[in-house]
Amino acid sequence: MAETPKIRVPKTAKKGEVVEIKTLLPHIMESGQRKDKDGKTIPRKIINKFTAEFNGKPVFSATLEPAIAANPYMQFFAKVEESGTFKFSWTDDDGSVTTAEEKITVA
Amino acid sequence: MRQLSRRAALALGAGTAAVTLVGWRGGAWATPQAAGADIAKFTGGAVPEKGKITIELPEIAENGNTVPLSISVDAPMTDADYVSDVLVVAEGNPNPGVGTFHFTPMSGKAEASTRIRLATTQNIVVVAKTSSGKFYTAQKLVKVTIGGCGG
Repeated sequence: MAETPKIRVPKTAKKGEVVEIKTLLPHIMESGQRKDKDGKTIPRKIINKFTAEFNGKPVFSATLEPAIAANPYMQFFAKVEESGTFKFSWTDDDGSVTTAEEKITVA
Repeated sequence: MRQLSRRAALALGAGTAAVTLVGWRGGAWATPQAAGADIAKFTGGAVPEKGKITIELPEIAENGNTVPLSISVDAPMTDADYVSDVLVVAEGNPNPGVGTFHFTPMSGKAEASTRIRLATTQNIVVVAKTSSGKFYTAQKLVKVTIGGCGG
């Protein structure tokens, strides 16, 4: 929960431009398949949902399963028509949500 | 042959799902049938057409713990015609589900990348749903040297 996501969003864009966004959240993504040294299954603990919105409107989201690698990385695109703020959220199996924001200026 | 068994799984529908559930409880790994059941659930039983989807994956993944995956779907991404959901399943992982991407016209492109875990050499199957309710599919085989679901 205390982990800080890494996000790459261009600072500026032209109106109507499709910009590339990259995000990564440090997280173990414990699959629930592994066993500890006593043979007990280590309980699943993953980020199960990622969302990205721009000025309050959904841009991209993903439902994640344990088959997503540790430190879930997401690269996707957004079409920007106006300046505004991207909001990102990562939902953990334990219910905690990590959020982040990035601003973009559209000329 | 794999193609055939997936179709069979689609046709069997609920029956297959029940078998899958039992199999999963028994600790068995995903099979093309289980992956097919996931796809049938996603499409509501519709058989997806081949094409429109490009899957980028290494031919040989040395480390199954983190395998780069890129998916792009050929679509105009306008309000009238866009790709809304993209399902990714793995035929040889402990569970077939990998993830589902949800796009909107604001995505601009139906294209996303992430990194996935692969337990063994297997097919990755992608199914895309368009806003008009059409389904497209594609698949790609990945050879995995060291599996990524260690136990």
